[in-house]
Amino acid sequence: MFIPLKFEAEISVPMFAHGLCAGFPSPADDFLDEAIDLNILLVRNRPATFLWRVDGNSMRDAGIFHGDLLVVDRSLTPIDGDVVVANVHGEQSLKRLRLDGKRPRLLFENSDMPLFELPEIAEIEIWGVVVCNIHWLRRQPGRVQ
Amino acid sequence: MSAALALVDGNSFYCSCERVFDPKLTTRPVIVLSNNDGCAVARTAEAKALGIGMGEPYFKIRDLCADHNVAVFSSNYTLYGDMSARLNAIYRQWAPEVEIYSIDESFLDLTTVPERNRLTYGRDLRATVRQWTGIPTCVGIGPTKTLAKLANHIAKKNNELGGVCDLTDPAERDRWLPKIDVGEVWGIGAASERKLLELGIETVADLRDIPARLARQRMTVVGEKTVLELRGIACMALEELPPQRKGCAVTRSFGQPVTTLDGMLEAISAYATRAGEKLRRHGLETSHLVVFMHTSPFNKRDPAHGGSKTVHLSESSADTLDLIEAVKRGARAIFKEGYAYAKAGIIMDDLIAAGSGPRPLFDARDREKSARLMGALDVINGKFGRGTLVPAATGIKKREWQTKFDRRSPRYTTCLDELPRALAGY
Repeated sequence: MFIPLKFEAEISVPMFAHGLCAGFPSPADDFLDEAIDLNILLVRNRPATFLWRVDGNSMRDAGIFHGDLLVVDRSLTPIDGDVVVANVHGEQSLKRLRLDGKRPRLLFENSDMPLFELPEIAEIEIWGVVVCNIHWLRRQPGRVQ
Repeated sequence: MSAALALVDGNSFYCSCERVFDPKLTTRPVIVLSNNDGCAVARTAEAKALGIGMGEPYFKIRDLCADHNVAVFSSNYTLYGDMSARLNAIYRQWAPEVEIYSIDESFLDLTTVPERNRLTYGRDLRATVRQWTGIPTCVGIGPTKTLAKLANHIAKKNNELGGVCDLTDPAERDRWLPKIDVGEVWGIGAASERKLLELGIETVADLRDIPARLARQRMTVVGEKTVLELRGIACMALEELPPQRKGCAVTRSFGQPVTTLDGMLEAISAYATRAGEKLRRHGLETSHLVVFMHTSPFNKRDPAHGGSKTVHLSESSADTLDLIEAVKRGARAIFKEGYAYAKAGIIMDDLIAAGSGPRPLFDARDREKSARLMGALDVINGKFGRGTLVPAATGIKKREWQTKFDRRSPRYTTCLDELPRALAGY
């Protein structure tokens, strides 16, 4: 596998707060940082990142609720313990992936629900790995939660 | 170091975009229809196997599709455009120069990749695009654009190649070119192909080996270039920036036929509004434009009418209000009562840079005010979505003439209310 060359590096250069001036320099200049950008924080690989909407509460104990917004990265290789969007029987479903046994397992995380058992010969395909979950705590104006 | 270009394109691109978000489609034949659900413009291999041709009108294949459980979609250009941007973002990580040739085809400069690694490079690129976006692609590599395009065709038709074909090695060209019909060469249309067949030129190798002078005589300078490119001599450079727009058109088929002058004026004003946005975004103006409209060519029962009219503006402009005034004049001149119009549009074929046109002696316009108004319009529509603020001439209530997208899939990647849903239930 080749490591693709990064020809398009995104470089931001912090600006000085003030232009050159003869007076007393701003004491903050030496401490200036870039603003924190949520896009960079949440989206590591932009062309491979997709947003999904959660439909149901089977992952409630993992802190993922109905209507939440998932940031899903398709470029990541799934590892044991990842929350994934998986294609099970033609449905895209949200599950916890366990790779600690003989064969992969996909689990609900809701103590009120029965254990999810994958059939012996189920074909699973992982659509993408959930990187983080966006859960609003305050009602968003104009939006049905 | 010898030059190497790759043409990478998405397999049945529109259909593949639909499949990424709906796993139930992986085993079904899928087709995507053109605007107004007119005809099939993208087909998966399974749909092609059913005999569905490119551009086939939907009404002719409706029953076939129902019988064979074909998934039929209206064009979802928002989705395809976003997926296309993702593909090109990946290509730019893999090649120093990328030319976007169409929504699903890009040329990549692979000159810096050592020759012995090119096939592997192509395979890895393909695998990466597939994993990151879900879109299957084919990669054709060659020393010229024409050969890269041909290599792409070979990669598509020969599954055993694993989606990648490299024709930079002349020995590989000698192996493949005699096996391929001359009609598959980029730029050889049906008319040229007939001419060539008459001359006994049947395969791509035959065409490559004719004297360049003969090609020039028979197929103009374009044909000569094609022959040279097939020999590995590059005549077409990679164009990273799209050429300056010379023309621009806004045309649509109506969702329902338009039968009233008011309806027609509203529709045509909306197109002028869109045209104005396009012009201003590119810093262009026009001094004249063509308005056209016609009834449906497929409808043989009702009376047919169609026409076009060139209208001149008092001076070159990109002001939506000027454009609306002009297109309404044009539309009034063509429109006749008693006909059901199926399509209308505006064509501007001679655009100039804003401010470079001649000014009239007596300048009645307040150009500064116009620029401010249009600037405000563009900012508001850019912020709150196209169509937030429109001239009243485009109509403010229901728009029967608006394009039909009955079977459009959700805008999965760009619209918060249409995101794919991850089922968390049982």
